[in-house]
Amino acid sequence: MSERWQRVRHHPGAVAALFLLPAGFGFVVFYLWPAIRALWMSFTDYNVLRGSGDWVGLQNYQDLAADPLFWHSMRVTALYVVLNIGVQTALALAMAVMMDRLTRSALVRGVLVLPWLIPQVVVGLLWLWMLDPRLGVVNHLLDWVGIGGQDFFGSPAQVIPTLAGVNTWRFVGYTALLIFAGLQMIPRHLYEAAALDGAGEWRTFWRVTLPLLRPVLALVLVLSVVGSFQVFDLVQVATGGIGGQPGGPANSSLVIYVYIFRHAFNFNNAGYAAAMSAVLAVLLAAVTFFIMRGLRGSRSDLA
Amino acid sequence: MKLSWRRRIAVPMCAALLLVAACSGTGDGDKVTLDYWLWDDRQIPQYQECADAFTAQSGVEVKITQYAWEDYWSNLNTQFAARRAPDVFTDHLAFYPSFVQNQVILPINEYVERDNVDLGQYYPGLAELWVGQDGKRYGLPKDWDTIAMAYNSTMLAAAGLSREDVWNATWNPSDGGTFEDIIARLSVDENGVRGNEPGFDATKVAVYGLSFDNPSNSASGQTSWGNFARSLGFELLADGNPWGTDYQFDDPRLAQTLDWFARMVKAGYLTPLADLQGVGYVSLFEAGDVALTINGSWAISSFTGISGAEVGFAPLPTGPQGRWSIYNGLADAISANTAHRDEAWQWVKYLASAECQNVVGEKAVVFPAIPASLKIGEQVREQAGLDVSAYTTYLESQHTFLYPVTVNFDQVTQAVGAAVDEILLGNRPAAEALTAAQKQVDSIMGR
Repeated sequence: MSERWQRVRHHPGAVAALFLLPAGFGFVVFYLWPAIRALWMSFTDYNVLRGSGDWVGLQNYQDLAADPLFWHSMRVTALYVVLNIGVQTALALAMAVMMDRLTRSALVRGVLVLPWLIPQVVVGLLWLWMLDPRLGVVNHLLDWVGIGGQDFFGSPAQVIPTLAGVNTWRFVGYTALLIFAGLQMIPRHLYEAAALDGAGEWRTFWRVTLPLLRPVLALVLVLSVVGSFQVFDLVQVATGGIGGQPGGPANSSLVIYVYIFRHAFNFNNAGYAAAMSAVLAVLLAAVTFFIMRGLRGSRSDLA
Repeated sequence: MKLSWRRRIAVPMCAALLLVAACSGTGDGDKVTLDYWLWDDRQIPQYQECADAFTAQSGVEVKITQYAWEDYWSNLNTQFAARRAPDVFTDHLAFYPSFVQNQVILPINEYVERDNVDLGQYYPGLAELWVGQDGKRYGLPKDWDTIAMAYNSTMLAAAGLSREDVWNATWNPSDGGTFEDIIARLSVDENGVRGNEPGFDATKVAVYGLSFDNPSNSASGQTSWGNFARSLGFELLADGNPWGTDYQFDDPRLAQTLDWFARMVKAGYLTPLADLQGVGYVSLFEAGDVALTINGSWAISSFTGISGAEVGFAPLPTGPQGRWSIYNGLADAISANTAHRDEAWQWVKYLASAECQNVVGEKAVVFPAIPASLKIGEQVREQAGLDVSAYTTYLESQHTFLYPVTVNFDQVTQAVGAAVDEILLGNRPAAEALTAAQKQVDSIMGR
C-alpha cells in the first residue's frame, strides 16, 4: 500500500489528476452531460411536460432561421450588450484608475461592490418600484429638478437603455475591482519613469496604464460580454409590470434568454429552445475568440 | 417572490440530486401528506381551514404552498418535468388544455361516477368546462369569477356623478356612449381641469378616469377589451368554445373596440400603457391617481382593503348587444405523478363539497361554485356593508361568456399581447396590428 502510494506521489501527473477529479466530476455531470443532452434535444421536438421527444432533424434550426421573433430578440440583446458593456466598462475603468491613483481604502472598495451583493431579482423589483412612471421616486426627483417624468420600463424606446443602466449600477463596482486588481500588477517604477519624462496623468493613462492593462481588460470584457448576453432575471422581473408578460411593451425588451425560457417552460417547446441555445453558444464562442484575439488577451507587454 | 426564486433554483437541484432524501416532499411512514398548490395568497386562510377539517376527518395531511401568478405556471411546469408536481393544484382554463394534451393530470370521471358526485349542485356550465376533448373530466369546480368595475366614491361625487350614472352607463365604439362621458368627467389634469371641460391637458393628467390590468397578460382581454368587444357581438372563436381553433382577432368589431381604447389613452382618460407596465392599476387606484378600474371579482378584497378610500362596485357598461362579462371558473386537478391517487381524489372531492365551499363563502374572498355557499358569502358581505351584486348581475341576465379554452393559448397570448401593446401605444391602427396577429395565430393553431 505505502509503496504504491510512494509511486503515485512521485508521479506529478497522477497527483494532478487526483486533485482535478472532484472538479472534473462536477464538470462532466453538471456541464458536459447537460450540454450534450441539450444539443441532442435541439434535434428533437422535446416537450418538458411529456418528458420525451421525437427526432426531427434540422427542423428546429430551419424554424429558427425563419422566426422573426428570434432575430428580433437577438437584435434586442445585442443592443443591450453594446449599451451595457460600453457604459459599464468605461465607468469601471475610470473608477479603478481613480482608486489606484487617489485612494486604496478598503472601505471605498467595499462600498463599490455593495449593489453587487443584492440578488438580481431584488434589484429588479426595487427598480420597478423606483422607476414606476407615476408612483416611482425617480420621476418625482426628475419632476422636481424640471426634467419631467420618463416612462423607463414602460416605453419601447427607453426600456433597453433602462435595463442596461440598472445592470451597470449593479455590476460597475465589481468590474472596477477586477480592473483595479489588474492595475496593481503594473510596476510602480513605470509611473515614476513616466513622471520623470514629464508625462501628465492623461498621457500616462494612455501610454502606460492602458497598454499594460490590456490582458486584464480582455478578460473583463469577455466575462462581462458573455454575462450580458445571458441577461434574464432582471428582464423577467422588471418588465411587463406586476402580473404582465415579461419582455414588453410590444416585445421591445424580449432578450434572447427570456424568449428561450418562454419556449422551454411556457410553450413546452424545449427542442426549439435548445436549438436557440445552441446557436447562442456558437455565437458567444465566436465573440470570445474575437475579443481575445483582437486584444491579444493571452499575451502581456510586461514580460 | 424571493421565496419562489429560491424554489425555482431548488427544483433542478432536487431533480439532479434525486437520491438526497432532504429534497423529498412527502413524509415517511404510513401517514400521507398531500402537496397542494395555489397562487392567490388571499385564499390561503380558507383552504387552510378546509385542510384542517379534511385532516380531522381522513387523517390525511395537506401541505399548502402558494406562488404568485407570474411564477406559479413555470414552477408547475418544471415540477411536472421532474415528475415531482404537487399531488393536487389549482388549475386554470388557460393552462389545462396543455396538461391534458401531455397527460400530466389525471382524469377523474371514474371517481366522480363511483362516488356519485352531484354535478348539478354547481352553477350551470362550470362543471362542463373541465371536460376535455377526449370526453374525460379533469377537475371539479371550486369557484367562479366575472368582471365589473370598482370606483372611488369620493371622486365620483366630486365629478357630479351618482352611483346610478355608472350602473346605467352605455357604451359604443364610435362616440363611447355615456361611459366615455363618465370617464372624461372623472379625469382631472394637474390644473384641476376635468376631461369634459375645455383646456384639459391630456399630457399632464393627475387623475385618470379609467384603468385596468396590463392587457398583454391574456389573449382573452379578460379584464380589458374582451367584454367590450363581446357587447358588440364579437366572438373570440368562430368554431365554438371550449376547444375551438378558429380565432377571430381580425374581426372589425374587435378593431373598433381597441381603437376606442387607444383613443381614450390619447384623450388622457385612460392610463397609458407605460403606467400599466409599472406597479399596476391597484396601486394607482390606491394612490388616488385613478378613479375607476375594470377588475375581476377575485380582486374585490384588494379594493375594499384600501384604507381612507370609499369604494363601490358597478357592472360594465351596456353595449349595443347588452352588458356582458367573461365567465371563468377554477378547479382543482390531480397530477398524474402523484403516489396517493385515492387520497388526492378525496381532497379534490372535499374541496368541491358543500362543506368546504361554505368556508370559501364565509371568507368572502371569491365566489364559491355552489349557489347555497355563495348565499353565505352574500350575508357576510351584507353585514360588512359591501354590495358586490355588480358581479352577480350577469348571471341573472345570463349575459356571461366563457373564458377561451384552447390549446396553445400561451403562444396566442404572446402574439396578441404584442399587437395590443402596439395599438395602445398608438403606434399602429388596430385593424392592421390585429390582422398581422391573426396570421401568426392561424399558424400557431395549425390552420
